[in-house]
Amino acid sequence: MRRLSIILAVLAAACSQAPPRLGTTVPDTRGFADRSQTADQQVAHALSRLTFGARPGDAQRVREMGVDRWIDEQLHPERIDDARSDAWVDQFEVVKKTSTQLEADYQNPGALVNLLGAKAKGGLTPEDSARLRDARQNFRRIGEEVQVSHVGRALQTERQLQEVITDFWLNHFTVFAGKGAREQYYMAEYENQVIRPHALGKFRDLLGAVAKSPAMLFYLDNWESAADSGRPRLMPVNQPRAFGAQARPVRSAVMVAPTQQQRRPRGGLNENYGRELLELHTLGVDGGYTQQDVISAARALTGWTIAGPRQGGGFVFTPSMHDAGEKRLLGHTLRPNRGIEDGEELLDIVARHPSTARFIAFKLARRFVSDAPSPALVERAAATFLRTDGDIREVVRTIVTSPEFFSREAYRAKLKSPFEVVLSALRAVNAEPDQTPRTAQLIASLGQPYLGHQTPNGWPETAEGWLGAGAILNRINFGLLMAAGRVPGANPMSSPGIDVVRTAPREQQVDAVVAVFLGGDASSVTRSVLVTGKNPLLDAHASADPTAPPRTEPMMVPDMPISASSGARPQPRPGQARAIAALPPLTGLAQLAGLALGSPEFQRR
Amino acid sequence: MHRRVFVKNSAFALVTMGLSPSFLRRTALGAELSGASKGKVLICLFQRGAADALNVLVPHGDRAYYQLRPDIAIAQPARSVGAAGAIDLDGFFGLHPALAPLKPLWDRGLLAPIHAVGSPSATRSHFDAQDYMESGTPDNKGTSDGWLNRYLAAEGTCEQCKVTPFRAVAMTPQTPRVLQGSAPVVAMNSVAEFTVRSGGTQAEQLEALYRTGSADLIHDAGTGMFEAVKMLRAADPQRYQPEHDAAYPNSQFGQRLRSIAQLIKAGVGLEVAFADVGGWDTHVNQGGATGQLAQRLEDFGASIAALVTDLGDRMDDVVILTMSEFGRTTRQNGNGGTDHGHAGAMFMIGGTVKGGRVHGRWPGLAPEQLYEGRDLALTTDFRAVFAEVASRHLGATNLAAIFPGYTPGSLPGMLG
Repeated sequence: MRRLSIILAVLAAACSQAPPRLGTTVPDTRGFADRSQTADQQVAHALSRLTFGARPGDAQRVREMGVDRWIDEQLHPERIDDARSDAWVDQFEVVKKTSTQLEADYQNPGALVNLLGAKAKGGLTPEDSARLRDARQNFRRIGEEVQVSHVGRALQTERQLQEVITDFWLNHFTVFAGKGAREQYYMAEYENQVIRPHALGKFRDLLGAVAKSPAMLFYLDNWESAADSGRPRLMPVNQPRAFGAQARPVRSAVMVAPTQQQRRPRGGLNENYGRELLELHTLGVDGGYTQQDVISAARALTGWTIAGPRQGGGFVFTPSMHDAGEKRLLGHTLRPNRGIEDGEELLDIVARHPSTARFIAFKLARRFVSDAPSPALVERAAATFLRTDGDIREVVRTIVTSPEFFSREAYRAKLKSPFEVVLSALRAVNAEPDQTPRTAQLIASLGQPYLGHQTPNGWPETAEGWLGAGAILNRINFGLLMAAGRVPGANPMSSPGIDVVRTAPREQQVDAVVAVFLGGDASSVTRSVLVTGKNPLLDAHASADPTAPPRTEPMMVPDMPISASSGARPQPRPGQARAIAALPPLTGLAQLAGLALGSPEFQRR
Repeated sequence: MHRRVFVKNSAFALVTMGLSPSFLRRTALGAELSGASKGKVLICLFQRGAADALNVLVPHGDRAYYQLRPDIAIAQPARSVGAAGAIDLDGFFGLHPALAPLKPLWDRGLLAPIHAVGSPSATRSHFDAQDYMESGTPDNKGTSDGWLNRYLAAEGTCEQCKVTPFRAVAMTPQTPRVLQGSAPVVAMNSVAEFTVRSGGTQAEQLEALYRTGSADLIHDAGTGMFEAVKMLRAADPQRYQPEHDAAYPNSQFGQRLRSIAQLIKAGVGLEVAFADVGGWDTHVNQGGATGQLAQRLEDFGASIAALVTDLGDRMDDVVILTMSEFGRTTRQNGNGGTDHGHAGAMFMIGGTVKGGRVHGRWPGLAPEQLYEGRDLALTTDFRAVFAEVASRHLGATNLAAIFPGYTPGSLPGMLG
């Protein structure tokens, strides 16, 4: 009743044309009484939303600890010991290095071509070709290690909520690994130094770290954005310029490296980042900005670029590129003749804008609660955002402790992304981390390669975006592959909860499979199909298709290059789709596992 | 948008209520879709990495060509005996010798190349140029959908289109940019792989899980998927035999075109198909009549020729369109290769194309004729070619929705 009255009050406020009451605080003192999920559902629900899936024993642990205490613990990752996961991730060199170190240690094959080309006439010697091949192979390891560590950490970390939020921000601030060879150097640093450390911190800090990250500067072209001719600049143009910005005729790059070619000697303003900053990163498309604001934002950010390797790499502000004129933006005036302060003030303005509070609150509520979160919840979360100066931890707390979060409507209301499908299956059976890129390739083959979304709007956050006919087929086939024990590190038949029912009666096996893969909760139809093995709607003779050949052909898993490092798009290498070996007909317990993993329930969280 | 594929159609709705699949097959494939199978099909083939148009469609009549490329030029047809030189088309242009399988198509009037075509954008970035070619909006990065999907969405009113999930199919692991958008698209690696991979009764049990229970988005998608799998199974892809002795290369590209032919012949309502092929970014050791580029072209030409042979008379309703994000530098570089350039070339192949002549205006290769002093200049906007194929082949009526902000001055006239 109280919840209803609050919703009505907020709706009434929204309808009455009054200014949004974002500053007002609505204390979240409601307890269990306002939650329409059962106690068991609350445990399963919290685990399904705040982690990449429950491991064996997680539900019991959360039940004993209390859902609310467990949520509070997850909101403070710094208080959770994560030594085991950290130690595992630590084996990967790429993750520990800065982008500058990576550029020094993993030669860009394109740059090597330039080097070799200087002495070659009409082609490379066999020795040089071999060198080039090695360089390419070495270079590819960057992408592989980033992905292996990314998947392995999500699988193992005890700081699950931090990792879920990291996944959210990596998508909100997406960059595309296939943008060019240089993006490969930047992505490990982007995930590990830019996004994760700020994932539950202040939004302004996160936004600033992203704005200065080579990954974003490169992806959205701000690194080459300079004052238009005719605009006052801070310094004459003949100053040292950014990496790769030299205007000389170049011939670089093999398959991988469009580096210098990308630089068009003309220079001038590039609005790409300025636009997406407002539209996708902060205010939102309906956030009340104009084309003039986009141009002003881009002008304020001119000179925010990437230093050359000899200058130490990383972010640098280059005064000679900066537009020093006055800028008007969202009702503010940025004074003339300033430098980096222009961009900093711009970020201050947009990070604290009410539209940003609402947009970020909406996206987080959509991620954690449902595809169409209630306006009342969004308003409360936005109010928290403004009250706490964009403290992401507190915004998330408002959302994941809300009655809406624990409502029956929210239970299993979200569709898992391909990443979540694979990770939740792996976690359900306590899988060992995969040391090879194969699991990352599987996720890619389900439609979600790591940092593989070309456009800056990121992967879909709602069910519609993930549900084509081909997509659901891939999910079902992944479940079958998993049940057959063909996914690296995962052996469902020996996993806790399953191994003990190997010889048990079918009903008991069904209970075990439902407990492990479906959080102990399957629809009556699903349960009935699992127990009887029959289709309750189609009788046996109607459903059996006599023309169907026995389908035991080899399971083909395309061998995707996991680094999208070819100068073009990610391409499966010809002739490298390979059979993982024939998938035998699944029987008994494995068959049940395949059904559970392929069921509609498993697609939800 | 929501209950996308089958449930709106009465035949399929009956099936979801429990009628037998054989009824489905008889109705859907036998009667309704026979119309769609006679419909027009567009097959777009993307050469990712920027194919070297000057060595694909060789301007052997332009003297500057040989000055610019002393080591990698394709020799003039007259001077060569056998396979070393260009295959002459019209006395000025010729095909790379590795494209010999396409010559019979030219002779039959099925092949219409166009030169000096591409994006008006100055970008030499693979990423940006592919993005523009697929979004159909050069120099505008704010477009979230692809032009082929906008065609599907804008012209999606025909009844037949609603029946099939296979109206638009990408033979790629993920839906490519050009097909991303609001209209449903299926991406697959091959027809044979589009199946539930388990033996025994597991597939039927899985189907039961989706057919029963609540009619929500997930159940709908699953139900649609099982119908789609059955449609393809009825086409019996395991036993597919290409017709007319068509021999597809055993390459990934060749096999993907084979899958497209299967879909067309299965009569599942295919209207737009897409495949791509990489390996064109030839900065080093590009080769001439033989070598790296020649190998890529051999596969490319033989695959397309096999597709055309296999489709036989169906080519009257099919147009194949090849594209690549930009051309390459007119001069060879110091590594026996070429770098990122500007305008390129496209092939249009089909029974209704104005084949047997090279389209487009040739800008020339003299120094003052080059774009920025180094690249082939642009004389045809790629959107003019796309607009022509969308309107004259597929029958699109709303070009403004497909190519926002673009009004073609005149269409290149590659289709009758």
